[in-house]
Amino acid sequence: MIPTLFRIDRRYEEHAGTFTLQLNPPLGSDTTGFRPGQFNMLYAFGAGEVPISISGSPSDKNGLVHTFRTHGLVTLALARLGEGDSIGVRGPFGDGWPLEQIAGKDLLIVAGGLGLAPLRPVIYGVMEGILGQRKATLFYGARRPQEMLYRNEMSSWREKMELELSVDHAVAGWQGRVGVVTGPLAAVEIDVANSVVFLCGPEIMMRFCIRVLEEKGVPLSSIYLSMERNMKCATGHCGHCQWGPNFICKDGPVFCYGSVSRWFNIRAL
Amino acid sequence: MGTFLLDARDLDALIQAIRSQGHQVVGPTLRDGAIVYDELHAAADLPHGWTDEQEKGTYRVLKRDDGAYFGYAAGPHSWKKFLQLPRRPVWQAQKSDSGVQILEIQEAVPNLAFIGVRSCELHAIAIQDRVFIGDQYANDSYAKRRANLFTVAVNCTSAASTCFCLSMDTGPQVTLPSDLAMTEVLEGDEHYFLISGGSEQGERILQQLPVQPASEHQVALGNRAIDHASEQMAEGPRNFDSSDMKALLYRNFESPAWDLVADRCLSCANCTMACPTCFCSTVEDSTDLSGEHAERWERWDSCFTGDFSYITGGSVRADTRSRYRQWMTHKLATWQDQFGSSGCVGCGRCIAWCPVGIDITEEVTRIREMEKQ
Amino acid sequence: MKSMAQLLHEHPFFAGMEPEHLDFIAGCGENHIYNAGDYIARENAPADHFFLIRDGQVAVECYVPNYGSLCLQTLHSGDIFGWSWLFPPHLWTFDAHALDEVHAIRLDGKCLREKCESDPKFGYELMKRFAHIITDRLRATRIQLMDIYGQRRPPMDSGQ
Repeated sequence: MIPTLFRIDRRYEEHAGTFTLQLNPPLGSDTTGFRPGQFNMLYAFGAGEVPISISGSPSDKNGLVHTFRTHGLVTLALARLGEGDSIGVRGPFGDGWPLEQIAGKDLLIVAGGLGLAPLRPVIYGVMEGILGQRKATLFYGARRPQEMLYRNEMSSWREKMELELSVDHAVAGWQGRVGVVTGPLAAVEIDVANSVVFLCGPEIMMRFCIRVLEEKGVPLSSIYLSMERNMKCATGHCGHCQWGPNFICKDGPVFCYGSVSRWFNIRAL
Repeated sequence: MGTFLLDARDLDALIQAIRSQGHQVVGPTLRDGAIVYDELHAAADLPHGWTDEQEKGTYRVLKRDDGAYFGYAAGPHSWKKFLQLPRRPVWQAQKSDSGVQILEIQEAVPNLAFIGVRSCELHAIAIQDRVFIGDQYANDSYAKRRANLFTVAVNCTSAASTCFCLSMDTGPQVTLPSDLAMTEVLEGDEHYFLISGGSEQGERILQQLPVQPASEHQVALGNRAIDHASEQMAEGPRNFDSSDMKALLYRNFESPAWDLVADRCLSCANCTMACPTCFCSTVEDSTDLSGEHAERWERWDSCFTGDFSYITGGSVRADTRSRYRQWMTHKLATWQDQFGSSGCVGCGRCIAWCPVGIDITEEVTRIREMEKQ
Repeated sequence: MKSMAQLLHEHPFFAGMEPEHLDFIAGCGENHIYNAGDYIARENAPADHFFLIRDGQVAVECYVPNYGSLCLQTLHSGDIFGWSWLFPPHLWTFDAHALDEVHAIRLDGKCLREKCESDPKFGYELMKRFAHIITDRLRATRIQLMDIYGQRRPPMDSGQ
């Protein structure tokens, strides 16, 4: 399985070291369809591939949007690419968010840091009114205000959903909360029998959020989370992303917490 | 159909018949003090009159006092090296003014014939089939190599002390399909193979061989020889009940036994390289000095390395305890949820080739014992 | 107008508290409205009160030279703040700054302190509630300390 070459249409630095790329498919190709929560393997020429979640809208047929943070060699190479450059794309892979669970329920989207990226396609679903949820709330935590993703879209999101933004460290002018994301989550009243929670962020953040949700009586089967592990092939062959009996690449990255809680709580699995 | 008798002196006819069908024949041969798998041109390339002696961390070849062709157990190699190549190019990429171009490497895949595949090894191939071609995505390189594979299976008539296929229900008698299946019989001055076809292609080869129908007595002698291997394993120290492996290990992710094995394990990855079912791989990307030509290669990888589980920030399995636990629980337990069978075939390679003599069957027993404490 | 006892009863901090205790506390309390920008407490100033936020947002701040006020945490409807009145020398450790119009119930610290001393059952009930809040804050502070969104912690490769 070789990558399809896309062209970088737009490159945007969200904040220092975190980039969003809008990719255009090759002419005549219809390879941009995906389900929210799925990911692509992005290939930087000669440097390698990394799994990056798709953060655009599924109904936007014009291209793929990916947000990533530079960390290793490959993400650094991706960050060096400019508009007009070629980028290899394999995918989309994996199981996404269970959108069919949302209808008639309250939707709680809980994101930390870069974890908002795979959830943005769900937010676009809320904006387009196609998910049938009762009430939608986004809890988003980040280190500091300038490290929050997609800030310029948030005012429009507020028209369709409630936003509870919190940062660990504030700066002058910050209007939201200062404190950890578990705070607003603990404070909100949840109709536990009729809510579904989508959770994505660093694993520790998800762990503490799950603890709060459990204390509030949210059934474990109503909590969905997106997991990260090392990944090379994305097709279940390389073995790297194993997590207990699960392959993150093909059984995930989104899992129902009720089904994986025992694996989630084994250290160094 | 039926069982035929092939005189040991005519074994070369079998190899030549398969070769003449256009197959590249690979099988056991003696090299560097071990019985390894490599290309065979004639029956003389087989380890005629050799056996092996295996124990924890020990492998030695010895001269037999007879002329058996298949009188040894599993060696350091397994057939996976011909189906899932240890290293292979995946794609090439070219950068020019007009952009980037990526070309998949189209391998010329030989029609392979494996001679001397043991029952545990047929199981191992079946297990890798489920990994590489049994799901949504197929590994094309494996699929191509596997598609035209011709197998000549051999029943085991003696077991190494490291063998435990009896416990894993994967041998010693060949039960999975193969193109031809043989049992080597040495009885007094007689030396012959009981041979039967398992596919149309196998039957076709059989028709070209100087065979005659085997008598009931000869078939019984063959079965007795296989029983001998079973008896050896049944009496051996590595015979254990594997029926509850999944439940046992699922209950024991926090067993103190993992700390004890981690004290000895070197994280060297030998067990994963020798294992006929371990399938993990990684990829390496590189460019040439001009920066215009890039390649991607795939190579075997092991869950015992630090890089294997690296994600931003560090390794998920940072210590040997978690790596050995991953390997063993995967092999014996989580594999069952993933692919519907155990990932272990009882070949004993991981026991013989562990430089510090860690024995997976002993570790199972230790976990069981420690759970009772 | 709701009575002070009613307002206290509705605040999560006092949920389930015995009515006679609430009646007593009501006697120590008064409603207070702060405008955006008001300082409700100042570092090192006498800490005479304990606050229940009914509505509005309060920032807990520390003044840093060459920087200005650094917000450590924001508090919201249903939260409480201020426990410096509990312990000598009864001085605020941080600033509390109203970020918008804040409707608060202000409880007299001295009044509560004396009641706690004379009525240990009441005191224990109140201390449990404070201990719970302090534990929550400590937990949140620890999570904040871990800097969970940054992933540049030194690796812990003990097995290599």
